[in-house]
Amino acid sequence: MAEAVVSAAASTPSLAVPAPLPVRAVLPWAFFVGLLALIALYFVGAEQGATSVFAGTDVHEWVHDGRHLLGFPCH
Amino acid sequence: MHASTVRSLLVRGMLAGLIAGLFAFAVAYVVGEPPVNGSIAVEEAQAAQEAPAAHAAHSGHGGDAAAEPAEEEGISRSAQSTFGLATGVLVYGVALGGIAALAFSFALGRVGRFSPRATAALTAAAAFTTVYLVPFLKYPATPPAVGNPDTIGKRTTLFFLMILLSVLLGVAAVIAGRRLAPRLGNWNATLAAGGGFIVVTAIAFAVLPDNTDAVAAGFPAALLWEFRVASLAVQAVMWAVFGIVFGALAQKALAARTAATDTKVQLGAPAAG
Repeated sequence: MAEAVVSAAASTPSLAVPAPLPVRAVLPWAFFVGLLALIALYFVGAEQGATSVFAGTDVHEWVHDGRHLLGFPCH
Repeated sequence: MHASTVRSLLVRGMLAGLIAGLFAFAVAYVVGEPPVNGSIAVEEAQAAQEAPAAHAAHSGHGGDAAAEPAEEEGISRSAQSTFGLATGVLVYGVALGGIAALAFSFALGRVGRFSPRATAALTAAAAFTTVYLVPFLKYPATPPAVGNPDTIGKRTTLFFLMILLSVLLGVAAVIAGRRLAPRLGNWNATLAAGGGFIVVTAIAFAVLPDNTDAVAAGFPAALLWEFRVASLAVQAVMWAVFGIVFGALAQKALAARTAATDTKVQLGAPAAG
């Protein structure tokens, strides 16, 4: 009985205040996914505005309303 | 085990970002599209008054079709305001959901005695403030018809620079707050770090160049206000939904993993690092 109480008390705080995840476990994900996410954000926020990877204005036109409403300078 | 924890948090962050994007899209469509359409109507009225030669200076969207035949071939207003808008908002939600999940993975257990759910809420609030609100206060969102296309490069650079600066200042404030906590206590350390963030941000606002393109005197003030409040609403809903959904998912995922680890420990198996 006493053991069960101790066990419950010991396991509850481990979630309430979790231990940090090691930086080396987070960094590879941060690098790779961060890069992909920034590329995606570039196409939503800036492509065919300030700079262009693709010629024309179709990307700009397609995300036009989202670009304005999300707060990016559009044109 | 930790790498798979990060992966599962990342997947949940992108999923929460997708759900947040759907809510933000609903707000953008219902609240945001009326002022966007109103601004395009203003722009078309201005264009109709100006000499045709002046139209070459305009560029940028389908609403200006009569002035720019090259762009009329592009995308219709009805596509822009539905699928186009959804694409932009959902990609933004998923991308920032992923980044926020990684920021959460760094912050978890490092910013104070907060549960996963509370850490998620704080991460969402910090992201909304640094990625959107602070840059918005310096370089507010502008509707169609406002802004000279010739300066888009400079304005885009300044806007992204402001986001980067604001995020870095936010991270610095959190680190400073944690360093000060043993000396000042959590409450006063948080106040000091928050106050420092506001002071340095205010200095940055004063030093950075103003938005080059003032809103034209003829542009309706009420319409501009309506557009900017709509933009604020889109982002506020995005981050509020993200914080709530990701908090619930992260809490559940981490509880399951903690339970699994505890069981292993109790059974005498080594807890994998």
